[in-house]
Amino acid sequence: MTLQVSNLSFSYGPKQALKDVNLSVEQGQFAALLGPNGAGKSTFFALLTRLLTAKSGEITVAGYDLSASPQAALAQMGIVFQKPTLDLDLSVRQNLSYFAALHGLSGKLANRRIDAALDRLNMVERSGEKVRALNGGHRRRTELARALIHNPSVLLLDEPTVGLDAESRKDITDHVHSLACSGMTVLWATHLTDEIQMTDQLVLLHQGQILQDGMAKDLCDGLDLQTWFLAKTKAPA
Amino acid sequence: MVSSQDQGPSMTGFSHYRTAFWAIATREVLRFVHQRERFIAALVRPLVWLLVFAAGFRAALGLSITPPYQTYITYETYIVPGLCGMILLFNGMQSSLSLVYDREMGSMRLLLTAPLPRWFLLFSKLCGATFIGILQCYAFLGIAAVFGITLPPLGYVAVFPALLLAGLMLGALGLALSSFIKQLENFAGVMNFVIFPMFFLSSALYPLWKMAESSELLHDICAANPFTYAVELIRFALYQQMNLAAFAWTSLAMICFLALAMWGYDPSRSKSS
Repeated sequence: MTLQVSNLSFSYGPKQALKDVNLSVEQGQFAALLGPNGAGKSTFFALLTRLLTAKSGEITVAGYDLSASPQAALAQMGIVFQKPTLDLDLSVRQNLSYFAALHGLSGKLANRRIDAALDRLNMVERSGEKVRALNGGHRRRTELARALIHNPSVLLLDEPTVGLDAESRKDITDHVHSLACSGMTVLWATHLTDEIQMTDQLVLLHQGQILQDGMAKDLCDGLDLQTWFLAKTKAPA
Repeated sequence: MVSSQDQGPSMTGFSHYRTAFWAIATREVLRFVHQRERFIAALVRPLVWLLVFAAGFRAALGLSITPPYQTYITYETYIVPGLCGMILLFNGMQSSLSLVYDREMGSMRLLLTAPLPRWFLLFSKLCGATFIGILQCYAFLGIAAVFGITLPPLGYVAVFPALLLAGLMLGALGLALSSFIKQLENFAGVMNFVIFPMFFLSSALYPLWKMAESSELLHDICAANPFTYAVELIRFALYQQMNLAAFAWTSLAMICFLALAMWGYDPSRSKSS
């Protein structure tokens, strides 16, 4: 398993945000973490990226235990956060160079990786532009390009299409699906069912608990995904 | 599962640390360069104190000869080290403000998820901010010299390590504060409860013996204030002298503030169970 989460629980004071979460995602699998607002998706991502740490449960990324070997585990992750994390006053390339340096890449190697990442996202011609001048879709593509510079094993995306128009959403969703096809492990948090394909692993998170985990086509059992999602999350967990 | 101890440079490599340090520090400087207003404001504040406040106070405040001075000095000369301290203090709080802003805006996440120890990432940021503070101090000293307030030529060199230590200490204080301030709106409180008391209850504007004449209690508070020692460290260094007590107290305060900041940013300190 490239990404393995076992018995993970987390509370904000008396309020339990996640309860006994278990999850496994195999290499090359696109796993959609589907849940309504407030389900605990962002808390789960904060724990996966070690912005928060839980006292109970284990997270393993590409074989590295996140609590025992945090740096090795983080080096295996590419992350696209829900909130934009680009420096608006720097150019696209400067933003990517900064990230590359945080991962120990510099000089020609960093430039090669940045060029490849920009090329993959069709952002080469924008590399000299300041991020402030980019539209929302291009900013998101820049963040996705950035997350791929260090060739991560696991790509984590927390509602990456929030605020984007339909075309940009489709571009990004399709691109990340193609990354999974080429062997990258993807965990994609969303509350939008049209971003999920029937061949994806579908993990339904509701009120801090995983209600369902399986292949989307098996779970829906012929039902429209949106209808299935609403039916599952209407009743209390 | 891979078992590894990846905390140290042995695995990630020294060059990784160096590359990341340089990138984080350079980014701080670049950000400052993009904010010209901040640079101007940082210089105007101490210059107003030096050229307006000190001129008015010169007649009212007589200063006797105390180390490191070997002769009578003007009040303007006296407050130069205090104003350097003021620049570093405001710079430390400004970088603290930008950390809180970064956290609210989300960009702090990028830094904190880098595959390096958190203490190193925060220390790199602190060094970048301190470098900016030192640049501002030298710009201030240069303008002061233009207005005739000069110091021993070698003092400009000797003061560098003192500015570095004082800047790191005050930056570490800012870093510690930023880990506890959850919202930008709360930052006004820092001005009222940290900057002003630290500055006024110190030897920046008046010598401690002068303060003792008016109130022993105030004198004792000033003597316990780490900012006092930062100012005295700078003052002595400007005259190529080492104030060991100031060095020791400033270093101790820096270590305490850094430890507090690292504790504040420890992810396991989050409200979890």
